Amino acid sequence: MSDNSYDAIVVGSGISGGWAAKELTEKGLKVLMLERGKDVKHIQDYVNATKGPWEFPHHGNITLAQKIANPNRIRGFGPSEINPDWWANDAETPYSEVKQFNWFRGYQVGGRSLLWGKQTYRWSDIDFEANSKDGLAVDWPVRYKEIAPWYDHVEKFIGVSGSIENLPQLPDGQFLPPMEMNIVEKDIAARVKEAYKDIDQRRIIIGRCAHLTETLPGRSKCQYRNKCHLGCPFGAYFSTQSSTLPAAMKTGNLTLRPWSIVTKVLYDKDKKRATGVEVLDAETNKTYEFKAKIIFLNASTLNSTWILLNSATDIWPGGLGSSSGELGHNLMDHHLGSGAAGSVEGYEDKIVYGRRPNGIYIPRYRNLNNEKRDYIRGFGYQGGAGRGRGTKAAEEIAVGAGLKQALTEFGGWSISIGGFGEVLPYHENMVTLDKTNKDKWGLNILAIDAELKENELNMRKEIISDGKEMLEKAGVKNVHGFDSSGIMGQGIHEMGTARMGSDPKTSVLNKWNQLWDAPNVFVTDGAFMTSAGCVNPSLTYMAFTARAVDHAINELKKQQI
Amino acid sequence: MNRREALSYVGILLGGTIIGADAFLAGCKPSVKKEGVFKPEDLALLDEIAETIIPATPDSGGGKAADLTMFMSLIITDCYTENERNVILKGIDKLKEDCLAKHKKDFINLTNSEKETFLTQLYEEAISYVKTDAYHKAKEDFDRQQDNWIKSEKERKNFGASYLRESFPPHYFTMIRQLTLWGYFSSEVGMTKALRYIDTPGHYDGAYPYKKGDKAWAI
Repeated sequence: MSDNSYDAIVVGSGISGGWAAKELTEKGLKVLMLERGKDVKHIQDYVNATKGPWEFPHHGNITLAQKIANPNRIRGFGPSEINPDWWANDAETPYSEVKQFNWFRGYQVGGRSLLWGKQTYRWSDIDFEANSKDGLAVDWPVRYKEIAPWYDHVEKFIGVSGSIENLPQLPDGQFLPPMEMNIVEKDIAARVKEAYKDIDQRRIIIGRCAHLTETLPGRSKCQYRNKCHLGCPFGAYFSTQSSTLPAAMKTGNLTLRPWSIVTKVLYDKDKKRATGVEVLDAETNKTYEFKAKIIFLNASTLNSTWILLNSATDIWPGGLGSSSGELGHNLMDHHLGSGAAGSVEGYEDKIVYGRRPNGIYIPRYRNLNNEKRDYIRGFGYQGGAGRGRGTKAAEEIAVGAGLKQALTEFGGWSISIGGFGEVLPYHENMVTLDKTNKDKWGLNILAIDAELKENELNMRKEIISDGKEMLEKAGVKNVHGFDSSGIMGQGIHEMGTARMGSDPKTSVLNKWNQLWDAPNVFVTDGAFMTSAGCVNPSLTYMAFTARAVDHAINELKKQQI
Repeated sequence: MNRREALSYVGILLGGTIIGADAFLAGCKPSVKKEGVFKPEDLALLDEIAETIIPATPDSGGGKAADLTMFMSLIITDCYTENERNVILKGIDKLKEDCLAKHKKDFINLTNSEKETFLTQLYEEAISYVKTDAYHKAKEDFDRQQDNWIKSEKERKNFGASYLRESFPPHYFTMIRQLTLWGYFSSEVGMTKALRYIDTPGHYDGAYPYKKGDKAWAI
């Protein structure tokens, strides 16, 4: 095999790319994994993970200069002297906003697997059948029973802690022992269960998350530090670095190439197959071609679509995969930022020990069992109860030992729950190539044009009113609703723009994540999503990726691709 | 939006040119000397103020032990807006004048009890200050200016502007007090002595015993 020729190329090294690389290499394929950003070494590059804020001149506070230089990043996780530079910096990663879209990207080995929220939930047939039942967009070409074994496969490897609940809308999985609710959460959960037992059986459960509660090979249990965003020296949360990359490396079949921006998929119009990819070296600006029999696009939802929009434009002006007219369309996210909160009286003789990187979860309960609200689909809540530092006296005492004392004690308990709602697949929510603006490498940037609509806005109202009612019924005091950003992208769950379906006329990918227009190209990051559901999507990307690799291997054996 | 363009927005926001714009353009590198934005003779004063706000107690050092003047200087230089910087720096001069007028002595030469009383009165002044009509009027004007700026930037598709929204500064002593508390409780002495800091708890207990007076967790 020549230097630039491989069995398979994986574009991107985040959650789904890591899975593609692991599965492909374990099946014996020689794989090249391309990552546009720098390398991040497990543990050794988590340089601030065990430091205190006092070890930094500004104690970790963001400076005005950093804010001004990062008008996109500050909408979520601003840069600071403590946080690693794992969110893409604004200067090198411009995009055009036809409407406001908050886009947070992770351009380094590991991608956003280093930074994700780790909440890990299965889809159910309520989700897979939703488009069909609502007569919306296109039907998913897959049902739960086809994907369930792949959920099993992924969960066993990454380690997911959670509780068995027997909920049809939130199937149970292969769980490690659940994390623990604190005393206030447990009591509120019991009261909510009782209050709604004859209504809709809604309940509060502990979050299901990709943090280890039992040791796995090469990885330790969660140490309850809650500094995951600095990288975990214990490898206790799932990331490419802690989990899939070591497995892929162990096979001896993986070549990892950082600083490699894939600019297009190379396409042979006679064979109707992709032949490889073109890479722009981000450091040297040199262009390379790499060849492979199969290509997995895992560059993250919008960047995988960006690559397709740039590819084979001599055959399809709209890019590779655009023959249906759906490439770039149906962009989704989860809308969040609305919910309810309040204070909890009592429990003054209790606090929590340890910083649990997980919260409580209220699975979807709306629009199930033939219920009909003034919106379709549903939402779940994520939240938690805790006790803040500082008593009320701190506001009244001006200075002195009394003030110090008031600020070194715990105040009262409070609880907050925020909705994660489904965003429908609207054809007009889309991305296109911005033909006028380019980045520093001379590449056309992406233009994003997407917004929440009436269905989402109605749902947000109910997230607030339901949340308030639930907390009040559970005895929470000073209950108030909140409604912050309803901006697309803020959920950091970009989905769609290369949806799968059963008909090449209305979808970009088939049920195996293969491009209808080039069956040896697989798109298995969030771009393939046909609808959004309301649960955190990463587990579903991983399961579809593993399933797509299995299919790809079979097709290769049969010489179908 | 490049950094120079961003600066022009902030220039509009502040109603004029930015002092220290070169530093913004050079990026964020803390280059402040020990005294930083403060006059050298004010360092001892700020140390005393910080120590009065958060005094040393039997179990933990106070503002002085936390070396807060360095932190304050960096935050005022790098994190404060020009508006906030002006208010707090002018305020320090005002505090010195008021102290001299009242006690015929510099603040650092007051007794501990006089220091506490003086700052307590300043705190009361700060609370009254934000209730005055003049303050409300100035704040409303300022907020309106910000809203207009953000609106016009949104029309130009600069959606990041709303995240640079400035708040109208409160009384200078509120800022000094906030900076002290902020710095102290993120300092080593504040987090590890005044509070309980555990880097690696190792496990979780959702019903851990606590009694009034026990120290809170630092994080």
